[in-house]
Amino acid sequence: MPQLRKNIPDFVKIVEVGARDGLQNEKAIVPTDVKIELIKLLVSSGLSVVEATSFVSPKWVPQLADAKDVLAAVRDVEGASFPVLTPNLKGFEAAVAAGAKEVAVFPAASESFSKANLNCGIEDNLARCRDIASASRSLTIPVRGYISCVVGCPLEGRIAPVKVAYVAKSLYEMGISEISLGDTIGVGTPGTVIPMLEAVLDVVPIDKLAVHFHDTYGQALSNILISLQMGISTVDSSVSGLGGCPYAKGATGNVATEDVVYMLNGLGVKTNVDLGKLMHAGDFICKHLGRPTGSKAATALNKVTTCNASKL
Amino acid sequence: MSSLEEPLGHDKLPSMSTMDRVQRFSSGCCRPQVDNLGMGNCFIEGRSCSTSNSCNEDNEDYTAETYPWKRQTRDMSRGDSFSPRTMTTGRNTLKSGIVDNSFYTSDYQYSQKRNNKDMQDMAYKFMKGMPEFVKIVEVGPRDGLQNEKNIVPTDVKIELIHRLASTGLSVIEATSFVSPKWVPQLADAKDVMQAVHNLRGIRLPVLTPNLKGFEAAVAAGAREVAVFASASESFSKSNINCSIEESLSRYRAVTRAAKELSIPVRGYVSCVVGCPVEGPVPPSKVAYVAKALYDMGCFEISLGDTIGVGTPGTVVPMLLAVMAIVPTEKLAVHFHDTYGQSLPNILVSLQMGISAVDSSVAGLGGCPYAKGASGNVATEDVVYMLNGLGIKTNVDIGKLMSAGDFIGKQLGRPSGSKTAIALNRVTADASKI
Repeated sequence: MPQLRKNIPDFVKIVEVGARDGLQNEKAIVPTDVKIELIKLLVSSGLSVVEATSFVSPKWVPQLADAKDVLAAVRDVEGASFPVLTPNLKGFEAAVAAGAKEVAVFPAASESFSKANLNCGIEDNLARCRDIASASRSLTIPVRGYISCVVGCPLEGRIAPVKVAYVAKSLYEMGISEISLGDTIGVGTPGTVIPMLEAVLDVVPIDKLAVHFHDTYGQALSNILISLQMGISTVDSSVSGLGGCPYAKGATGNVATEDVVYMLNGLGVKTNVDLGKLMHAGDFICKHLGRPTGSKAATALNKVTTCNASKL
Repeated sequence: MSSLEEPLGHDKLPSMSTMDRVQRFSSGCCRPQVDNLGMGNCFIEGRSCSTSNSCNEDNEDYTAETYPWKRQTRDMSRGDSFSPRTMTTGRNTLKSGIVDNSFYTSDYQYSQKRNNKDMQDMAYKFMKGMPEFVKIVEVGPRDGLQNEKNIVPTDVKIELIHRLASTGLSVIEATSFVSPKWVPQLADAKDVMQAVHNLRGIRLPVLTPNLKGFEAAVAAGAREVAVFASASESFSKSNINCSIEESLSRYRAVTRAAKELSIPVRGYVSCVVGCPVEGPVPPSKVAYVAKALYDMGCFEISLGDTIGVGTPGTVVPMLLAVMAIVPTEKLAVHFHDTYGQSLPNILVSLQMGISAVDSSVAGLGGCPYAKGASGNVATEDVVYMLNGLGIKTNVDIGKLMSAGDFIGKQLGRPSGSKTAIALNRVTADASKI
């Protein structure tokens, strides 16, 4: 295969965010035991990183109010790591007390979004991240950093790549282990993703980067493809495409892990994820949520018939 | 709401009407603008940039290894001295309203501050083979409606075609002269054709399975037709009741007759990646059928992933095999989104120089082989991506969405286009991550 294939990594790590980013943005609140079962099913499909929950105040995210219980139940499950979101030092301490061995912070590349969503500007947020980064260093707990609005912001519109690079560099310099670049409102296309990635790659080594595309405009897989062609080897996704977009009601949010794995399989990229078992996890949670899967691959694989092909 | 009234540079958006949202949240608004890139305009005009020689070398390697045939792509290198600014010659970078979002207008990527030349070269490679203009072949009224459960009244079909015609689409597949026994949804082919065949400035191809269908199409006013062979023998037999060779003979009769009347004939190849009966389809078979259609006089060959199983991993070898014997500019791609793979497949096709893409407004048309699964890729989603890539289509996405809304209401089903859903429902409430 030609140059188009050359830089695509042989192996891609999938960071499964369904149990956190997914459930956090679903209308229905899911019981603790269902969350735990979901996480276990996800681990059994071969996923090695399963974001378990969030220690953000239940006032903001009631769907994950049972963070402590969920983490306590899964933290010793073998074969995967279970990062949890921690918005500040207090959340970090609660997470550690609950047994967290990996955490994640989440600054934004957009000042307005940061203020509206997290009640503090970018610099203040980065200061909080530094607190967590130093606290975690002494405990040798890796910290992942999410950057939101890396292409567009619901308030500011387009986001200049250099701003994303600035936040990424700051995170990198404070010792963040991996930086996940999030197209929060899903407006990106390869035309905007490439310049953004280029700007970030100027200041952060590629092996520290992950991409987190939302499928709100149906663009996630092509954005992932172009990222792979640039050598990115970590992709965030959500089983069954759990998690709608809070900025466009009824619109989709996270890209479905099944669809990502389908594409990666087709590209010959290893993931260690068993698509069948993954679909099983997806079926499980969708039944509980009472909604159909958001994964086209899962829908197709569940319904393929070899009925007589009677029309074009 | 007030925060959304903040102007976005060239896009002044005082209200939240759908059209404003289209402009604000269209991929256009999220592109780097020439005058506001944060890294200053470090581009050096007239001198060879730091990447010029390597770009040329790489261009040679890239071309020699992969695309030995002339393609209609942007000529990215001009002589030895390579000036990215010349890449934007002829392309308006800033228009009123939608910003022309060429990736190539982002001068910052050539900043002297860059030290990651390899990454820059690589990224550039992914875009440089892409065409400047992509022709969208809208198949909603035919391929779309043919595969919808509900049968749509004739006047609604005609209205749909009229609305699509107002969006800037230049090719709209109007109907099919396949026997109503097989495709009852399009039994009114004659009436539809007679009503729309005089639409100005629009090409309205129709499907014709054989000479008889061709004659009926011409009598109804058709000025362009399409035939459809399969790359899979089993699929050909079960779908059109004859072998591949037999179908090709039928189509030779059609192309002969069409030639007499100077009527262009488009050729579809189905099952170019996978077949519901046979499984994977070898690229050589696709190439064989594509060439046969091309040799008999089809002006364009549309390569269809009928069951949507393709990924870039299988699409690229297939395209390479076909491009080895049919000129790239004669090819179109017709991907189904059954597994969510059509946009990455389209992207990689563009990277290989393909410049014609079939799609269906609102993603009309499910997959007949996986009940309940989706079929055609939504035109709105394709246009959104092409806009973001800086590729011209002449299609107005707002008007396209309006046509999609219309037919969705008539069919009583929600849009199959994620872009349309998002643009219709964007809200300003940024209250949680």
